[in-house]
Amino acid sequence: MAQQPKNPDKHATYMPKEKKSTKAFHKTPLLDQLESGPWPSFVTGLKRLAHDNNMMVDLLGQLEYSYTTRKGYWKGGTVSVFGYGGGIIPRFSEVASMFPESKEFHTLRVQPPAGNHYTTSMLRQLSDSWKKYGSGLIAFHGQTGNIMFIGASTERTQHFFDEVNSYGFDLGGAGPCVRTAMSCVGAARCEQSNANEQKIHRILVNNFIDDMHRPALPYKFKFKVSGCPNDCMNSIQRADFAVIGTWRDDMKVDQAEVKNFVKSKSRKYVVDNVIARCPTKALSLNDDDTLTVDNRNCVRCMHCINVMTKALKPGDDKGVTVLIGGKRTLKIGDTFGTVIVPFMKLETDEDYEKIREMAANIIDFWAENGLEHERCGEMIERIGLVNFLEGIGLEVDPNMITHPRTCSYIRTDEWDQEAEKWNQRQAAG
Amino acid sequence: MAQQQQTTEKAAPPRTPIESGCPDGFQYMHPLMIKNYGNWKYHDRPRPGVLHHVAYSGDEIWTVRVGTQRQLGPYEIGLLCDIIDKYGEGYVRFTIRSNMEISLSSWDKVEPMIKAFEEAGYPVGGTGNSVTMISHTQGWLHCDIPGTDASGVVKALMDDLYEEFIKEDMPNRVHITTSCCQINCGGQGDIAINVQHTKPPKINHDLVANVCERPSVVARCPVAAIRPAMVNGKPSLEVDEKKCICCGACYPPCPPMQINDPEHSKLAIWVGGKNSNARSKPMFHKLVAAGIPNNPPRWPEAGAIVKKILHVYKKDAKDWERVGDWVERIGWPRFFELTELPVTKFHIENWRGSRYTLNASTHIRF
Repeated sequence: MAQQPKNPDKHATYMPKEKKSTKAFHKTPLLDQLESGPWPSFVTGLKRLAHDNNMMVDLLGQLEYSYTTRKGYWKGGTVSVFGYGGGIIPRFSEVASMFPESKEFHTLRVQPPAGNHYTTSMLRQLSDSWKKYGSGLIAFHGQTGNIMFIGASTERTQHFFDEVNSYGFDLGGAGPCVRTAMSCVGAARCEQSNANEQKIHRILVNNFIDDMHRPALPYKFKFKVSGCPNDCMNSIQRADFAVIGTWRDDMKVDQAEVKNFVKSKSRKYVVDNVIARCPTKALSLNDDDTLTVDNRNCVRCMHCINVMTKALKPGDDKGVTVLIGGKRTLKIGDTFGTVIVPFMKLETDEDYEKIREMAANIIDFWAENGLEHERCGEMIERIGLVNFLEGIGLEVDPNMITHPRTCSYIRTDEWDQEAEKWNQRQAAG
Repeated sequence: MAQQQQTTEKAAPPRTPIESGCPDGFQYMHPLMIKNYGNWKYHDRPRPGVLHHVAYSGDEIWTVRVGTQRQLGPYEIGLLCDIIDKYGEGYVRFTIRSNMEISLSSWDKVEPMIKAFEEAGYPVGGTGNSVTMISHTQGWLHCDIPGTDASGVVKALMDDLYEEFIKEDMPNRVHITTSCCQINCGGQGDIAINVQHTKPPKINHDLVANVCERPSVVARCPVAAIRPAMVNGKPSLEVDEKKCICCGACYPPCPPMQINDPEHSKLAIWVGGKNSNARSKPMFHKLVAAGIPNNPPRWPEAGAIVKKILHVYKKDAKDWERVGDWVERIGWPRFFELTELPVTKFHIENWRGSRYTLNASTHIRF
């Protein structure tokens, strides 16, 4: 594996011969140990940049100091560009006396194009802009989904922003605000897509751009869009507002391809890995090696479609499921996003307006009722799903729950009226 | 000169931002993606690291997936873009796990491109049943509250897991994450390596009054262990150390409450997180090992446990079982038996809703 590169000038291990930075390198014996091994080394990358500018010379020094003392030395602050209140992660060094050139080392969060698509010319242009004003170091991408332009002084953040903003890029969110959204590759390249992820992503986030650039919400609010229940964007666990593509008619089965699959993989393989793995026992392999699907009991988990990519596909009556309130530990413990809309079509302008309006209602209700530093899912945990639904004007649906309540301590004064409401909604279809 | 610049700039009004938001992805998409948008028929994987999608129109597109170090500079961007331009068609996207995906309109271009990436020191893989790139956070490089580094842990592990990245030998895909504090920005993973603090914060009482908004710090504590106090005649905060769960939530709003400690900030390993709805519903990862030393630059102790878990999973899990699916089938007692990890009182949940995590049945494997 540790082959000698054929062309050392065009290789992940390349080190410039010429040193343009004027400051002497710090000794980095610990970081040096991360330069060996087959995976491309970020340390080698940082060293290349340190040949170019003094900021990265001292950044490497501070990082080595962290590796030695096993502590971090950055503190936050307030930095933004003219007109905005967020979008930049300010970092001031606590050990600036030892490493003065990287004493200000801010990150600009910039929203990538939906689906993270780039041309090489756009990647080069972004890299050139950042080399001009910042350290040169870019992370593709941060955990919220931003392009992270890491390492610029306070004074230079504005110039860099002005330049990339003039060719179509905008800052993302940082702080208590609507955050940068994420969407999967989806309809652009995936047959399992049930939605126009590009459109949903941009309609949602670009309609709340004021709530992104001027942080004034209780805490962060994230939109994520996945085209199918494989949920490649981790939206149920990580998004306050998760949109996941699904379908409500029958899944498509190409029986000839089913037969081909059985022939190539064996009956045992299909029984063990497809039929037996269906969570609702909705599949049956027939004696002639065709497949019967109980579509009424299929929960659209995607497993069989993932295994038999040629034979099985989502249906034609596509739409989305919306789940609200996913987040990790802080502060009450983990919460999954839970269903508030089992299915909605997203085809016409009115459909898209409906989902935008629902997002606006949710953000407004949460902004009014959420406590400081309380995520939307935590608020729902505190006030109960029913109060949340009444607040945003949605009716209850059995798809919202795993099972009905088990605790008998509940007042049911208005049972008849509520039952009547349900009957009327059922009658209205 | 900077002075002069400022004077001239003063005359001009500051530039108003164009609030354009998220850019349209279509302008950077491969033409075949635009042409066949929403009209793809099926896909297969001709080899590890390559996807092949076929559209109803008959068009085909190949994707080469390349692992990167996530943090890229002008040299790396130039190197990678040169390969994409020379052997491909100039179109690339990034996955959620920092892999590059290069779109190609012809199978003939696939092998030369793979060769070019490999010759440049970049691995092709991360598809299907592989261990793909670890999703990670910023750590000591840029975070204000990190207990450890992220890029370093990932580099050390990916060196060891290189063969698993370029092959598809696992029962199902393996998503590993790392996080530098218990907030867990790295996200849920089949295996997650996260910092776990083990001692209450050390408070620098001289700084609290000037740096921290005390009521919001008090409010931030999940177990109400923090209260305002006068210390040495100055307004400060005190922590009920018996109540404190060492989560570190007070540290971001109040840096004088130092939670990170070279000795006592440990690593913990969690398994069984799954974002997909496939087969089982999505799952959170669960704690399996803690007290692991935070040992830069290569964290060998944490790496050894991860590799042990992966080894057992690879051997014992059935096709298509993610780590979480596998443990659900074999049960947690068997997981600990096979991985030879100790079971402690700390594995038993005591947070809200914890009784739902207990075994309320006689379902026991012998």
